[in-house]
Amino acid sequence: MKAMRDVWGDTLVALGETNPNLLVLDADLANSTKADKFAKAHPDRFLQMGIAEQNLVGVAVGLASVGFVPWLSSFAVFFTHRAVDPIRMLVAQTHANVKIGAAYAGIMTGLTGKTHQDIEDLAIMRAMPDMTVLAPADRTECEAAIRWATDYLGPVYLRLARDVCPDVFDSQYHFTPGKTYLLKEGKDVLLVSTGPQSARCKEAAELLEEQGVSAAVLHVPFIKPFNVQELVQVCEPFKLVVTVEEHNVMGGLGALVAEILSAHSPRKVIRFGVEDRWGESAPNDYLLDLFQLSPTRLSGRVKQVVQGTNE
Amino acid sequence: MSNGEDYSELVALARRGRWLAISTVAKSGAGHVGGPFSAMDLMIALYFRVLRVDPQNPQWPARDRFILSKGHSSIGLYVVMALRGFLPIEELKTFDKGNSRLQGHPDVTKLPGLDTSTGSLGQGLSVGVGMALGAHLRGEKFHTFVIIGDGELQEGMIWEALHIAPRYKLGNLTAILDWNGLQQFGWVLAINEEHRGDRRDPWSGIELRGIFERLGWRCLEINGHDYSQIIPALEAAKASGNSDQPTMILAHTVKGKGVHFTEGKHEWHSKVATKEELKIIAEELGIKEEAAV
Repeated sequence: MKAMRDVWGDTLVALGETNPNLLVLDADLANSTKADKFAKAHPDRFLQMGIAEQNLVGVAVGLASVGFVPWLSSFAVFFTHRAVDPIRMLVAQTHANVKIGAAYAGIMTGLTGKTHQDIEDLAIMRAMPDMTVLAPADRTECEAAIRWATDYLGPVYLRLARDVCPDVFDSQYHFTPGKTYLLKEGKDVLLVSTGPQSARCKEAAELLEEQGVSAAVLHVPFIKPFNVQELVQVCEPFKLVVTVEEHNVMGGLGALVAEILSAHSPRKVIRFGVEDRWGESAPNDYLLDLFQLSPTRLSGRVKQVVQGTNE
Repeated sequence: MSNGEDYSELVALARRGRWLAISTVAKSGAGHVGGPFSAMDLMIALYFRVLRVDPQNPQWPARDRFILSKGHSSIGLYVVMALRGFLPIEELKTFDKGNSRLQGHPDVTKLPGLDTSTGSLGQGLSVGVGMALGAHLRGEKFHTFVIIGDGELQEGMIWEALHIAPRYKLGNLTAILDWNGLQQFGWVLAINEEHRGDRRDPWSGIELRGIFERLGWRCLEINGHDYSQIIPALEAAKASGNSDQPTMILAHTVKGKGVHFTEGKHEWHSKVATKEELKIIAEELGIKEEAAV
């Protein structure tokens, strides 16, 4: 099994073989984000920019203006918080062809604690006009998303997990912009998730099956732009929709789903995620339990709300 | 310091440029004056003597790049671009109006000839670094010029760019510091304290040249309103495009330069001239063909 950061590094190395315009710019985290693989394979197209994320973004915009495709390497928090101003004005507002590889997004950041856990990035990046926001679930989708983003002409924010993410897709997978993916059928409740949390939702749904609850799971890799009609159709048969994300419950996927359904197909939407609080340094399993995002915790919570809705 | 050349044509263009800027701001009812006036001579020199650009082909890949990092001086840039033929002079009256190519801050998605958007301060030099680095990687010969303000030099992001440009040996990058000594509100002068303007110079007492030099920049220091100093400095910077050092031109300027009552006054950072003031300004700038508003 391959960690998502290794998928990112390896895919860039492979793309670098055929695309001479691909550059990787690093804010001194290459051996964490795995951009160091690209540095080794294509040293002339790896540009170290130092611990200076705002300048990193600005330089990328200049490089994009002369036809390069710059991929940026840093942690999600430093892009969406420290460098949000140049991302907004220089990248999104000019539709610059800059690709943001937002590593270590979410709560599982390798024992670094709340300073490094980005639980607001989807809210921030989703609110930015012209930005494409992607959150792939597993290695297959991650590679496809990187390939698509590299060819797409415009700004992309790619939300990446640090560690190994369970496979949800096989070699038959086809990446289609804006598409959502039904990972499991069900009839009692629809779980909507994004990124690697979708795999944990699928596992939770399998646990629920054993307890007599039939949960469907919908995976949303494209947070923006978003296919409204598709979501409305998928939600149609369900009285209850539960959104689950490794992100604050405010402003992210849950908010997106609630916004769409309230306008187009009102029904009960419950949002699971980080409950508007900061995280802490701890191993992944501890954090998933703490935020009740592990398959076991999740199945218990979903069962509760399904029963509550049916009473 | 004078090289004996005749720059009267540039002087006349700058006078007209200042008139177009202040009268356009008056028409639109809002905009900046002080900054466009302090950078006017620098931009006239760039667009009429130094930049290799083609108004008929604004996206020409081999063109020199120019970034006005202090984007709130946009009207000054639009005026110079209009005088140079990038847009009709007539179009200036659309400044800040709805559906205009002339946004309050330069918008690269609207006006061909702009090389990036600016507005949030301190960001332009980083884009310039990217362009210069891109030229190096591609083996292209164009030069990138960036005007930065002494006020925005307080932004941290500029210092990130100041650090990285010499590291990548970007001889094809020139930053020009429009050191007019005033910012929007700034620091009030202490009793008996004297400065170029009615407020304290943000970098007063700080040896900027030495700081830039120690970071690895080649520094030239000029009077930013004297063409016999501006032109040779810009040409020298461009001529060192193949060197391994970026150039910083420290241009000493006067905010609001060109009209006696706007010079050195912080309130003219963004102020709309009255009809009476415009009459005096037109006379002082020697403007006859365009009636005062």
